[in-house]
Amino acid sequence: MRRSMKLAAVVLSGSLGIASLAACGAKSTDTSASSGSSGGSGLKVGMAYDIGGRGDQSFNDSAAKGLDNAKAQLGVSVTEAEAKTGEAEADKETRLKTLVSNGYNPVIAVGFVYQSAVEKVAKDNPNVKFAIIDSASATQPSNVTSLTFSEQEGSYLAGVAAALKTQKKHVGFIGGVQSELIKKFEAGYKAGVASVDPSIKVETTYLTTPPDFSGFNDPGKGKEAAQGQLDKDADVIYTAAGSSGAGAIEAVSQAGKWAIGVDADQAQQPALSKYKDHILTSMVKNVNVAVFEYIKAAKDGNPFTGVKNFDLKSNGVSLATSGGHIDDIKGKLDDATKAITTGATKVPTAPQS
Amino acid sequence: MTSSPDTAKKPAAKRFDGERILLGLAAPVLAVLLSVVICAALLATSGKDPFHAFDVMFTYGTKSDAQVLTLNRATTYYLAGVAVAFGFRMNLFNIGAEGQYKLAALFAAFIGAQVDLPSFIQIPLLLIVAMLVGGIWAGIAGVLKVTRGVSEVISTIMLNAIATAVVGLLLVPGVFAPKSSGTSNSIQTDPISASSHFFALDTQGGSLWGFIVVAALVGVVFQLVLTRTRFGFDLRATGRSESAAHASGVNVKRMVLTSMVVSGALAGLIGLPDLLQNSYYYGQNFQPGLGFLGIAIALLGRNSPIGIAFSALLFAFLDVTAVQLPFAGYPQEIVTVMQGVIVICVVVAYELVRRFGLKRQQQKVGAELAAQAAAAAKKEVSA
Repeated sequence: MRRSMKLAAVVLSGSLGIASLAACGAKSTDTSASSGSSGGSGLKVGMAYDIGGRGDQSFNDSAAKGLDNAKAQLGVSVTEAEAKTGEAEADKETRLKTLVSNGYNPVIAVGFVYQSAVEKVAKDNPNVKFAIIDSASATQPSNVTSLTFSEQEGSYLAGVAAALKTQKKHVGFIGGVQSELIKKFEAGYKAGVASVDPSIKVETTYLTTPPDFSGFNDPGKGKEAAQGQLDKDADVIYTAAGSSGAGAIEAVSQAGKWAIGVDADQAQQPALSKYKDHILTSMVKNVNVAVFEYIKAAKDGNPFTGVKNFDLKSNGVSLATSGGHIDDIKGKLDDATKAITTGATKVPTAPQS
Repeated sequence: MTSSPDTAKKPAAKRFDGERILLGLAAPVLAVLLSVVICAALLATSGKDPFHAFDVMFTYGTKSDAQVLTLNRATTYYLAGVAVAFGFRMNLFNIGAEGQYKLAALFAAFIGAQVDLPSFIQIPLLLIVAMLVGGIWAGIAGVLKVTRGVSEVISTIMLNAIATAVVGLLLVPGVFAPKSSGTSNSIQTDPISASSHFFALDTQGGSLWGFIVVAALVGVVFQLVLTRTRFGFDLRATGRSESAAHASGVNVKRMVLTSMVVSGALAGLIGLPDLLQNSYYYGQNFQPGLGFLGIAIALLGRNSPIGIAFSALLFAFLDVTAVQLPFAGYPQEIVTVMQGVIVICVVVAYELVRRFGLKRQQQKVGAELAAQAAAAAKKEVSA
């Protein structure tokens, strides 16, 4: 046991030794060739995704689409990296720092989880432009641009469509995680339904509450929740739950009712195309538009600053029309759209309860 | 320091120990090598050059900032490993470190934001709060075990789910989070007061968390308690055989409860390095999964404070350097696979090594007995 004490001492001094070694070693950021400058071959855009990354059929994918468009049309060079499940805050900072030290400018972070990492790295690199999607903070430095969306406005239209299509005067909303972001969807949807007929009943189910974020990627939970709402006689169900939505859409289409998708036009996604006859529409959040516009503005030397919100008016959010299921109510939807874009209708961002 | 009777016995004991240490080292080394081979094969079958991936990780790992990050990460991992190992030493499977550290960090963050005392009171206060919360939460499972005989595996898993729900209930605007949050879309507590910030060493590679000292202290105390105190002896005895310990006068029920509470109190510390040194608040994106990682780390480190230090460093190195993999075109999930494979391999390797050791011992004893018998037979013949 004395020996183990000695060993403990060795480990302690050893770790301090490593620490002092670390103190004089080279930093990973030292080796980078061109730091900060945007090179001769045009803009170098770095993108850091949230969990799921490219191929998540949801907002990461949409951001990737914007990046691809920018690459094809603006000739920028890009690099991308995605987050790992359950990673530490420091990993996000390292990811951003690595992009910066490799000369990527601007750097785009996808998802609100990057907020504090972006703030920290942006403060250390005032010459690099950062963009963060879906998040804004009062304390973020001036080289950070927030790209946010008026999800409530698109959801309002989804609510109008649902109210016009319901036969039983009973619709449903399924949220992935009861977070501030998803509450905006709920608020808009309910307001949209009420604008058509206040007597329509709206079921609301959240799959999980934070800090449990599994509600965004658990199709099983989505299916269960949708089944519960169908059993209560809801016949149009709007699901804002990332990839959990696939389960809900499956349940709804098996029951022969209407589902409303989210983020992308879900009727056109290969995995869900077999249910497309039951996908009424999708509330499309055009992250790709925001990403493309941001890169384009940066390339033109006139970058966005502060909080740049993409609303219905600027085509940040919209309803998908594939399948033609909402063609018959197009007139009423256009009226609602007009009311929002002209400011006649103000859509709430928090659910009234 | 060593007294004379001890030294007299030492040579024989030392040789035996040397072999045991060698055997003990063989298992983890074997497991790590095997997992490297398996991951290399995985990368190779997906058409990627595995050696370049390891090269990327090692090159980054030799940089000073990566080393500081590794040490910082290892601090957290070490606490997680030790917390779980304390229970393991007594055959208590505290799967609930996950929930214990989340709740503890939440409460510590809340108190840290509300109270602003001088640092030398504030920091111990937060440490105590975190340990208390973790201890109490684990104590629930302990009480259930001693009074109702509920398996701690089941109850701690359930308590994890409940802890998540409790955090969800408390971490809402107006309760533990400020009414109007500075950021959109993410809910978090107010930042803790400046006096709660733990000291950090400034190195060229960034700031090295001073919490590493606390982690090392925890390791030393852990070892001292286990090997130098009556409590530690009782704990190990109960771990080996509950009935034998009971027969020799150990109050098993009290031992179960105390060690569960201590394990939970240690788990309460897991979230503090990040809280007091880096994020300064508890938010919805506070790192999850550390409790489960602790189980893997304790397993790899054979529940010994020194072993856990090495396995924490290894896991920290893997996690820190994994971030660089996507930039070289590799999926960083390969590191998760590697960690998982290490854990599976280490269990198998320990068993293999244990059997090998047992067999060697049997052979040795057999050979000695045979020699004795032969000598006796010779004597008989000659007589």
